[in-house]
Amino acid sequence: MSIHLDPKIPAGPLEQKWERHKFESKLINPANRRKFEVIVVGTGLAGASAAATLGELGYKVTAFCFQDSPRRAHSIAAQGGINAAKNYQNDGDSVHRLFYDTIKGGDFRSREANVHRLAEVSVSIIDHCVALGVPFAREYGGLLDNRSFGGAQVSRTFYARGQTGQQLLLGAYSALNRQIAAGTVEMHSRKEMLDVVLVDGHAKGIITRDLTTGEIKSWAADCVIMATGGYGNVFYLSTNAKGCNVTATYRAHKRGAAFANPCYTQIHPTCIPVAGDHQSKLTLMSESLRNDGRVWVPKKKGDTRPAAQIPDAERDYYLERKYPSFGNLAPRDISSRSAKEVCDEGRGVGPGGLGVYLDFADSIKRVGEDKIRERYGNLFEMYHQITGENAYQMPMRIFPAVHYTMGGLWVDYNLMSNIPGLFVLGEANFSDHGANRLGASALMQGLADGYFVIPYTIGNYLAPEVGKRPTTDHPAFKQTEADVRAQIQKFLSIKGKRSVESFHRELGLLMWDYCGMARSEKSLTRALNRIPALRQEFWENANVPGENESLNVSLERAGRVADFLEFGELMCRDALARNESCGGHFREEHQTPDGEALRNDDDFAHVAAWEYQGPNTPPIRHTEPLVYENVKLATRSYK
Amino acid sequence: MNLHLKVWRQKNSKAQGSLVSYEARNIPEDCSFLEMLDLVNEDLLAKGEEPIAFDHDCREGICGMCSLTINGIPHGPSETTTCQLYMRKFKDGETIYIEPFRAGAFPLLRDLAVNRSALDRIQQAGGFISAHVGSAPDGNAILVPKTEADHAMEAAACIGCGACVAACPNASAMLFVGAKVTHLGSLPQGQPERNRRVLAMVRRMDHEGFGNCSNYLECEAVCPAEIPATAIGQLNRDYAKALTLESL
Repeated sequence: MSIHLDPKIPAGPLEQKWERHKFESKLINPANRRKFEVIVVGTGLAGASAAATLGELGYKVTAFCFQDSPRRAHSIAAQGGINAAKNYQNDGDSVHRLFYDTIKGGDFRSREANVHRLAEVSVSIIDHCVALGVPFAREYGGLLDNRSFGGAQVSRTFYARGQTGQQLLLGAYSALNRQIAAGTVEMHSRKEMLDVVLVDGHAKGIITRDLTTGEIKSWAADCVIMATGGYGNVFYLSTNAKGCNVTATYRAHKRGAAFANPCYTQIHPTCIPVAGDHQSKLTLMSESLRNDGRVWVPKKKGDTRPAAQIPDAERDYYLERKYPSFGNLAPRDISSRSAKEVCDEGRGVGPGGLGVYLDFADSIKRVGEDKIRERYGNLFEMYHQITGENAYQMPMRIFPAVHYTMGGLWVDYNLMSNIPGLFVLGEANFSDHGANRLGASALMQGLADGYFVIPYTIGNYLAPEVGKRPTTDHPAFKQTEADVRAQIQKFLSIKGKRSVESFHRELGLLMWDYCGMARSEKSLTRALNRIPALRQEFWENANVPGENESLNVSLERAGRVADFLEFGELMCRDALARNESCGGHFREEHQTPDGEALRNDDDFAHVAAWEYQGPNTPPIRHTEPLVYENVKLATRSYK
Repeated sequence: MNLHLKVWRQKNSKAQGSLVSYEARNIPEDCSFLEMLDLVNEDLLAKGEEPIAFDHDCREGICGMCSLTINGIPHGPSETTTCQLYMRKFKDGETIYIEPFRAGAFPLLRDLAVNRSALDRIQQAGGFISAHVGSAPDGNAILVPKTEADHAMEAAACIGCGACVAACPNASAMLFVGAKVTHLGSLPQGQPERNRRVLAMVRRMDHEGFGNCSNYLECEAVCPAEIPATAIGQLNRDYAKALTLESL
């Protein structure tokens, strides 16, 4: 079976595509909706909002999360804010400007139609979240407040202290709770999806493992929605939660779903630097800090004086110097690479020289410490707890860290993958951010997909599927369940010497060194040689103690790490095949004389979507051309 | 640094549990408490033993999943959550007791992991505003004075970890419930359902087996999100008012 990638972009002018598509989409009458069962995997912004909205419409929803409560999903950790083209600040914002900024920020590697839709529905998201009781920041007059964010010259970011993701997720969680109480959504926490079940080529169910009892169970439905997040933890150290993993999307990939642009990973410029080998995760300091913080390093190499003793004339505010019009608010990929550059030159600060300063002294002088505390108090506290340093008195030290993954399962305009009936939402899909995501756009996309897109597009698949839901007695369920059980037994029977965690650490380091902020043919080829060997060692020597029938953390991790060990290879393949630089994908061979990413639009203005071919067989790279009818492909300039 | 640990081990909800001694050796001061447990678990694995099970996820103090009682205090000497507790807070050679969050309404699953789904069920009873997708007016059509928005945000910051319950001698969840009642009750959007909400949430809380507040204020002391105990006062006032109106 060869896959067919039809993006199903509606005809007509850009501004009318979504309106027209909504009108042309198939409706399902209220009495029939309750005949359809929908599985939603993951309860972050995309999953919770989708489950709540579909439940509200009358579909029978069953939702799953691996955490102990749907409120824990990692959307909760997003700090800075959510973009919307409200133009409340009268500073020239519009749907078209948000659309353009997002296309440009993504380095011209996303679909015009999807991004325009995102910008259109952004305004409804804010309205709906306010209605749900999300306590957005307000001005004294009672109106909504905004701040500016990287990659934009307007203030369109709505926020709730430094905890915007938490408040938006709790809003979606409350909407989900209302539907659970109403009986339209059945919620299962501490259950991990381990496979998707295909019946006659359609996604009609999933297999889960109960993380407390080990029970393996089949669930049938009319369609499956996966909102299972990104794969940043392939690097082991990232700003993702410890539980974030690629298992759901990768196993769907192994069942035939195309994986698009896996090499597009975002390295966030403002994270707390690594302190030592024991480190289990990296902590982000919101990009919103760059509104008031100035990024600098000493001009001199190996300058070890404390920051306060380095006079202004001997400091290099390198973002302001290189990008005068965007300055400290240059997009994430550019800021991250600039930090790497100055550290590579030996001008980094802090232990190991892997850090740059983010300095608030000027802002404190300008607006006062109280104002800074009001804006970022919780972030300064968090920084203090982790490093023991007071950032009101000395600059923060920051360094880039893996934060978000733009790649994901390929989806069409309806957010359906190439497997009929398998929808993919939020970070788990590839659709809207191209090669680089702008700050405050992840929350926007997750909620757009869940609240405002899937409720309209799901009908196109479901309408002709009435009465086709199989039961879990179907042989496809029995077979998939048997495959899952066999894999678990395989993990438990390795009985090796080396912990699963140590394999994950080694893979992570390898990915960071060879497929991280900068990549080259040489580094990627090296990674492609080393990963299969590491994988082989895993299957021969991993230590997975205990049994399936209990809460077994080692077993949970074994499944996730086994998938990362295959997925890492796919990422490197994609990075090698994309012989250009764009956004978060920086190939050392392709840069301008002053070190900027050099795209190759003639050969690579397309989505690369990989088709799985079986173990130890190279996957096939398919392409979906990106057609730009409304914006002119230009070299990104933030100077 | 080196530490003596006494860790609660219990195979499952039915098995008998006990405190088991472990030695944590060569722990860096910059290590977080959970990273220290990671290192101990690596040692246990190397010895062919099963690692200590504990809940955690974001490791940045916001998801509310980590839940350890350290030396008798939920989240230990941390100003926020267990995951944001760093070993520099301890002395070399110290003995540390590590137990689960204990409460009748939080059945133990394994070792240090407990089931806190009772908290979800309280939220399901009424911790929401009934707003259909698509029906909302413009965000700026509802004016919220800054002070009220800030007050709502302060209460909305609750991370749902359950430390308040574990710290309370009565295993009361009133700080948790008070936080949601205060958050939604401080906003104009939350007014139409204010009475229904508080009655439903309090009744569910009682049904789940949480106790009542008798003003120990241990909840406020351990709350990683700094929810003030005034939320309990707000809860009591709203409940009394709603109960009176209901009986009329």
